[in-house]
Amino acid sequence: MVNEVKSRPTGKLDSKVPAGKLEEKWTNHKFKLKLVNPANKRKYSIIVIGTGLAGASAAASLAELGYQVKAFCFQDSARRAHSIAAQGGINAAKNYQNDGDSVYRLFYDTIKGGDYRAREANVYRLAELSMNIIDQCVAQGVPFAREYGGLLDNRSFGGAQVSRTFYARGQTGQQLLLGAYSALMRQVGLKTVEMFPRHEMLDVVIVEGRARGIITRNMITGEIEPHIGDALLLCTGGYSNAYFLSTNAKGSNVTAIWRAYKKGAFFANPCFTQIHPTCIPVTGHYQSKLTLMSESLRNDGRVWVSKIPADKRKPDQIPEEERDYFLERKYPSFGNLVPRDVASRNAKEQVDTGKGVGERMNAVYLDFADAIKRLGIQDIKEKYGNLFDMYKRITDEDPYKVPMRIYPAVHYTMGGLWVDYNLMTTIPGLYALGECNFSDHGANRLGASALMQGLADGYFVIPYTIGGYLADLKRDKVDENHPAFKEAAGNVKESVKKLLSIKGKKTVDELHRELGQVMWDNVGMGRNEKDLKEAISRIKEIREDFWKNVKVLGENEELNQSLEKAGRVADFLELGELIAKDALHRKESCGGHFREEYQTEENEAKRDDENFAYVAAWEFKGDNAEPELHKEELVFENVQLTQRSYK
Amino acid sequence: MNLHLKVWRQKNKNSQGRFVNYEAKDISTDTSFLEMLDVVNEDLIKKDEDPIAFDHDCREGICGSCGMYINGRAHGPQKGGATCQLHMRSFKDGDTIVIEPWRAKAFPVIKDLVVDRSAFDRIMAAGGFISVNTGGAPDANALPISKEEQESAMDAAACIGCGACVAACKNASAMLFVSAKVAHLARLPQGKPEREKRVMAMVAQMEEEGFGACTNTEACSAECPKEIPMDVIAQLRREYFRAFVKSEEKV
Repeated sequence: MVNEVKSRPTGKLDSKVPAGKLEEKWTNHKFKLKLVNPANKRKYSIIVIGTGLAGASAAASLAELGYQVKAFCFQDSARRAHSIAAQGGINAAKNYQNDGDSVYRLFYDTIKGGDYRAREANVYRLAELSMNIIDQCVAQGVPFAREYGGLLDNRSFGGAQVSRTFYARGQTGQQLLLGAYSALMRQVGLKTVEMFPRHEMLDVVIVEGRARGIITRNMITGEIEPHIGDALLLCTGGYSNAYFLSTNAKGSNVTAIWRAYKKGAFFANPCFTQIHPTCIPVTGHYQSKLTLMSESLRNDGRVWVSKIPADKRKPDQIPEEERDYFLERKYPSFGNLVPRDVASRNAKEQVDTGKGVGERMNAVYLDFADAIKRLGIQDIKEKYGNLFDMYKRITDEDPYKVPMRIYPAVHYTMGGLWVDYNLMTTIPGLYALGECNFSDHGANRLGASALMQGLADGYFVIPYTIGGYLADLKRDKVDENHPAFKEAAGNVKESVKKLLSIKGKKTVDELHRELGQVMWDNVGMGRNEKDLKEAISRIKEIREDFWKNVKVLGENEELNQSLEKAGRVADFLELGELIAKDALHRKESCGGHFREEYQTEENEAKRDDENFAYVAAWEFKGDNAEPELHKEELVFENVQLTQRSYK
Repeated sequence: MNLHLKVWRQKNKNSQGRFVNYEAKDISTDTSFLEMLDVVNEDLIKKDEDPIAFDHDCREGICGSCGMYINGRAHGPQKGGATCQLHMRSFKDGDTIVIEPWRAKAFPVIKDLVVDRSAFDRIMAAGGFISVNTGGAPDANALPISKEEQESAMDAAACIGCGACVAACKNASAMLFVSAKVAHLARLPQGKPEREKRVMAMVAQMEEEGFGACTNTEACSAECPKEIPMDVIAQLRREYFRAFVKSEEKV
């Protein structure tokens, strides 16, 4: 099943995907990777930024192997990383349900779900490792849901026709993260990991072409500190907060990977952002973030709007025949469980045609009345109790009695630093794991796959691949007096000083909201050339305004939350432009990237495999220069590229 | 709605703190408590005044970052929710709202409403884990666990580590936090091999951090945003007693 798309020269990008059969690549690669002698491991120090699923699992696993690890997070504790907020579940190809699942099917669903814009070999490895993850987590004491016989329970998620999602009530991310966090804290207790909470990484230090350390700011004292390592792992999550309103935590930011990009790491597919269909709609201008309602709700909830635009009736007054269950109508085989991008676009379409529900007409219904009738209220409570409570707390409406109102919101970013098969960026010694790399989800991530990827990277990929790098490393002594460290620390101090000295008229949040509005309106669910060009020029204006007009009070030598935010927003203001540029250059629709000019007659995303079956990796060329595009052609040797159909 | 706020302001851990009055004007009832503070902070910045520092991150009640003592209650008047999940509809127009940081010797104030909860991390590092390295775990279904066991472990595992239990306790005891982890792991077969070691180590670290003693007043559980039940404390006592007896037997 070799596809027509032929490999073209990839310039500077070598994906290092091993030769051989898909099923054997990882096994063979592991064998070929060089090992570091157990006694030598403690001589190497590894810096890990971020303590979410990827960071905590990597830091713990590497310390268990004997490496010296320094782990950093901006939160007050490693346990608070935003992985904790994932609700629904984690996929694994265990086939415990005997419903036809397999490693190959998980691989296939993920490649297809990503609209054929991910690397086959990486995705296959992810599917393979999914099973080890579940075993590992259970051994750590993660209380996954069980059936009465004592075996593990599963549920289904969008984009899949098998039941392969493991879950712990509606708090799967929390339980998985606490598992990884407890493994990490065990190593902290054993003194193999030195933990630095309330530290923010503000630059990468490159010495003779290799990543050799970082510059951090101690968020309590303001101290700018150098840290030296033999390798550096960025595990810093996604950049959805470029849109201001997103389901990400308020602190989630792009700073670490953006500074790495500006030091030479390529940024891949920045425009691949995921808009999650089931979030609570905006209520007012004071809104600081959006809250997601797990996709698992679509197992039992039915999505609908009134057939009549601007229908002011209450939902229970709208008779069955006047309701449009638009997902079930348009996609009879997947129904409410279509992938996220499809569900989101369809909700937008309903709202855009004036059929939105609620006072602001900015949502669609997600209705549990039928499920409650069929399964009983107790069953629904057991499955979704905490989600229903959360919804009620926020909206003051009881979803057991009235349908939920939901609308899409920015949720996840498939793009990120370009990495090879070993998870190394284009800077030797600099790795990117989890959401902050680009590798596994293509143009659209399937539900319950983010947790899987974060943990696969941290527990089972990096412990092998990093050995291959370190074993060959010519070790030269670098200390903090090295000019590269001095220069990086000097630059960081300079930019902090600059932010504090502007003393303008606009708060950081005001400017961030302005950026977010442009991103949502012009680089959101539907994109077109005119809007994208406008976005690029608007973002430039906001960025200029920021550097003239931002108001950051206080000083560096204290806990200064405005200063922290200002640094992050400054980076979002640069990233926003790159997202728009990437979206503009990709003249096709795929997954979450929907260009209005490129759609099928049925308004589905229309890919252009002939011209765009590649990873777009952008190289920074200077603050006032255009970034350079590098292409990694995607070669599909195992799956046939087809128009995704969920009908 | 309009509100009068009395907010604890403290420049850093060494300085003296005090209450400062602020007015929060035209606040929608749909606003969350933290969004109300955002609005107040935007006004303060406009007036060249230092904004109020507070910890927050996910704003959906799961990361455990936020935590304020609101009108004398940890996380405010609602039951079973963190500060970020509190909405202004829980208050009335014209209300006075007193906002303080967690007060406990083991949680020193860093600035305003931000406190240092690293003591919790040190307790976890002392024993809040199952000692398994990555790799080599048996198949997840090799060890059946009854639904009841799993559910009760999950009840305890739901703790978000916010510290409300400590703040609510008149003795500033961390018993609910420590017990939740001890119970979570002791209720699962995987956690049983090192249950004695775990409880001894965690309790020892808890005492070293300067948390107070537990006198079973149950304020912790009543104010817990995740409603961790009191039975976890009973379990910790049993676990501790069991470990103690076992260690005596060895002598």
